[in-house]
Amino acid sequence: MASIDISAVKKIYAGNVTAIHNLDLTIPDGELVVLVGPSGCGKSTLLRMIAGLETITEGTVSIDEQVVNKKEPAERDIAMVFQNYALYPHMSVRGNLEYGLKNRGTPRDEIDRRVAEAARILEIEPFLDRRPRQLSGGQRQRVAMGRAIVRKPKAFLFDEPLSNLDAKLRGQMRIEIKRLQRSLKTTSVYVTHDQLEAMTLADRLVVMNAGRIEQVGAPIELYERPATLFVAGFIGSPPMNLIEVDYLRGRGDDLKLPEGTDLCGVRPDTIQVADPGEPSVRLDATIELYEPIGGESHLHLRLEGSGQLIVAAVPARTAVVEGATIPLFVRIADLHPFNRDSGRRTD
Amino acid sequence: MQTKRTIFPNKVLPYLLLVPQLAVTLVFFIWPALQAVKSSFEREDPFGFKTTFVWFENYRRLFADPNYLGSLSKTAVFATSVTVLAMSVSLLLAVAVSRVLRTSRLYTTLLVWPYAVAPVVVGVLWWFMFNPTIGIAPYILRGFGVDWNHRVDGVDAMLLVVMAASWKQISYNFLFFVAGLQSIPQSLIEAAAIDGAGPFKRFWTIVFPLLSPTTFFLLIININYAMFDTFGIIDATTQGGPAQATNVLVYKVYSDGFLGLNIGSSSAQSVILMIVVIALTAVQFRYVERRVQY
Repeated sequence: MASIDISAVKKIYAGNVTAIHNLDLTIPDGELVVLVGPSGCGKSTLLRMIAGLETITEGTVSIDEQVVNKKEPAERDIAMVFQNYALYPHMSVRGNLEYGLKNRGTPRDEIDRRVAEAARILEIEPFLDRRPRQLSGGQRQRVAMGRAIVRKPKAFLFDEPLSNLDAKLRGQMRIEIKRLQRSLKTTSVYVTHDQLEAMTLADRLVVMNAGRIEQVGAPIELYERPATLFVAGFIGSPPMNLIEVDYLRGRGDDLKLPEGTDLCGVRPDTIQVADPGEPSVRLDATIELYEPIGGESHLHLRLEGSGQLIVAAVPARTAVVEGATIPLFVRIADLHPFNRDSGRRTD
Repeated sequence: MQTKRTIFPNKVLPYLLLVPQLAVTLVFFIWPALQAVKSSFEREDPFGFKTTFVWFENYRRLFADPNYLGSLSKTAVFATSVTVLAMSVSLLLAVAVSRVLRTSRLYTTLLVWPYAVAPVVVGVLWWFMFNPTIGIAPYILRGFGVDWNHRVDGVDAMLLVVMAASWKQISYNFLFFVAGLQSIPQSLIEAAAIDGAGPFKRFWTIVFPLLSPTTFFLLIININYAMFDTFGIIDATTQGGPAQATNVLVYKVYSDGFLGLNIGSSSAQSVILMIVVIALTAVQFRYVERRVQY
């Protein structure tokens, strides 16, 4: 149980490539923080710096109020779950779980007790004497989790642990990780590029881009009030549509937008086919493609006049015809005002 | 496994295409080997006028000959020493090289050079370095109070051929160990580091067990090398001496046959060597792929 403090951390690789620019982040005790961003945004580098697998060029990382910059990974008392699981192939599952405890000189009976407990929690008891290669992907994933929890570390670090699993198993393991973290209340940092995984797991979500933090907050806050154009485009599926303010003016009710707004974000699910009877803008668009996906349908639309392509998410059985031009409505309250040059929200 | 089959329209052509390779194997390997087996059962008079068929007489004499038995034990000492020395030094070098990032290619290139040197040249090189009269090594060793003379001291002679033979084989082993080390995922080492294993413990509990397929392969190759491919090195340094101290099996075959002109005994010895090679190769094929798996 510990908090993690990252203060003014910089990472510069050989050849003067800056991976992380002056980053500050505090992770309170017991919280599950998800670092999310496109590949190359520095999220894994940050995680590896917390783990001690990368050196810290500048700034400090503290775990449990102790600066750990100069400490070896082993001395930081953290556990990490790797993307490829990194199970020791020449050891049995039991051997894998015991390895970290043995290295720390834990007494034999304590090792047995902890391994049994972890195996019970993760339901891997039947496989304890098998080798990792005799297990399925999901089972390996559980063993990797087991190896982390037997140690009872100060923090769990997850490096895209579910990306090697198929979609169904991924959803299942996601729920298990969340449940496990809730019951153990261990501070956790979870890295992923999958925004669905990020949204569902996080107590707090950290969106990173090009070595900087774009926004930190509860997942729903980030969805409802993205602070930057990058977050607006990254969180939410299908992504937010960005429409020029000049295009929206004069199409419907009077727009009162903050100073400097030149771009408006429109979530696909806030586009309606019927007039909502509230202050709204009206867009006319041609349906290029009708995509039913079950619970809802996606309309790929081309705006009249500008020719811009946008996506709308409408109820499943909306009666529309491909090729038809239809009126669409967006409540003014649902618009997200942005400034294109600063890339930031204006309200 | 699905293999690709080519159907030749001409019935003779496929055999014709195989002829060159088969001819080479037949003329330079199968035929001499059969000749060796044949003459290992024969005795020839000193002038080459008459050969008599003597059954296993040559073999019987060999195993009653203290010189041959001595040569067997010398070979065991030599092969074991060369294998252990060449493998441990090359593993050490491979681990060292895999730790440096930027210059590892340069080191690799330099460390592979000895493999390109012909065995006799290797022998001559070490012979010069350790020459009791003009060599630099005995000169330095004298400073430490060691009197090096491989011309009269059997232990010195054995040390010299072991060093020379290992030096040449280190490059080969090194390349395989470097490749083996590279195939171990970095994340395993990182996981072990997080699991509280120091560098030394990581090596012995994670890296070394995962290298075992490479190690076993090299073990067989090195034994083979030390036993059969070291003729040139020995011929250029000690010529089996002093007093048979470095007269290993493969050198004894030569000295008994071509210097001693005892063709029958020499043939019998080479047949025994052949059986050893076949056994080692069989072990390699049977176990390299299967036994050392994790």
